[in-house]
Amino acid sequence: MASTIRIRAVASGDTTEVQALVQHPMDSGFVKDAQGNLIPPHYIEVVEFEHAGKPVFTAYWGPAVSKDPYIKFSFKGAQKGDDLTISWVDNKGATDSLVGKIQ
Amino acid sequence: MRRAVLLAIAMFALAAPPVSAADSVNPKADFKAFRDYFTKHFPKVPLNDFVNGPYSMDADLRKQWEEIDAFPPYQFALDKGKQMFETPFKNGKTYGDCFPNKGIGIRQSYPYFDAKAGEVVTLDVALNQCRQANGEAPLDYTKDDMAALTAYMAFTSRGKPFDIKIPNDPRALAAYRKGEEYFYTRRGQLNFSCASCHVQSAGDHIRTEVLAPALGLVAALPIYRSEWGGMGTTSRRLITCNSQVRAVPLKAEDELYRDVEYYLSYMSNGLPISGPGARP
Repeated sequence: MASTIRIRAVASGDTTEVQALVQHPMDSGFVKDAQGNLIPPHYIEVVEFEHAGKPVFTAYWGPAVSKDPYIKFSFKGAQKGDDLTISWVDNKGATDSLVGKIQ
Repeated sequence: MRRAVLLAIAMFALAAPPVSAADSVNPKADFKAFRDYFTKHFPKVPLNDFVNGPYSMDADLRKQWEEIDAFPPYQFALDKGKQMFETPFKNGKTYGDCFPNKGIGIRQSYPYFDAKAGEVVTLDVALNQCRQANGEAPLDYTKDDMAALTAYMAFTSRGKPFDIKIPNDPRALAAYRKGEEYFYTRRGQLNFSCASCHVQSAGDHIRTEVLAPALGLVAALPIYRSEWGGMGTTSRRLITCNSQVRAVPLKAEDELYRDVEYYLSYMSNGLPISGPGARP
């Protein structure tokens, strides 16, 4: 199956700008489906970006984050060609991760 | 001034061409009047930029969009569409076998008038015809699979100018005329026509949103809408438009919807395909 993650990380000088998109329903647990049944909560709880074994960005998410979330941040200290790992864990214990190259 | 121009267009739509036989249809004259209206009304917008809808009208929105489009939200749909497009049917054939040039870079020629069937065929309908000819169940015209497929086909056609032909066939002209009439007819509890928003008020705000000009509107379809949190096909867009003016929508890919798409696409002839689009 195709990855649920898309990542683009571009180094310019000392700073690396990271953009990522995660495919996830992010159901809050408060929404009903067409039949009137509650859609159970299903959302990402932790997103983590790692560079050279060290976390560079961690987010604790909840039901308020929208579907297919988009993340953008920058950090210092990476070089072109380095690996950047992104991973997420949701409230049902599902997880996905991807290793991207910094351009 | 603006009202006068609009009135002129409305009159034109009702009785084109002005003097000769009242029920004759003249797409070429309509095309010129339609284009002139938008180019006169928005002299600062380059012609090819109309396909970017609200972003051609509002600098702040445009900045936000440029930021979004650097990492577009329709990316997942594109990837899925490409995969669907390239996956063979059970009989081993693919979508590409149903289309000229293997289905790549052909979005700009749809919809077209099918002389055999005597009706307008949109890309979405052609895709389902292809599925059915190969023994597959048709896709829902309003759902994500169809949006993904058409998104991919639009993407491979980006930048190609719309090339809609209206053959000299009374049935094709009638379809064009019906689409045009549907576009300018008021309906629903709010008594809006499609043109009320997309011709008369193009570029104005409706609450926080900027109304897209009718010129180039179809070039961006299908679209990812942030409001929907997902992709929408042409059918979804038309149905939503109708329900927003509190009219009863037609069925997806109804004859009249196809005729409207035919009319609007012809009006956008020469403008580049920009789909899939991302809209607020």
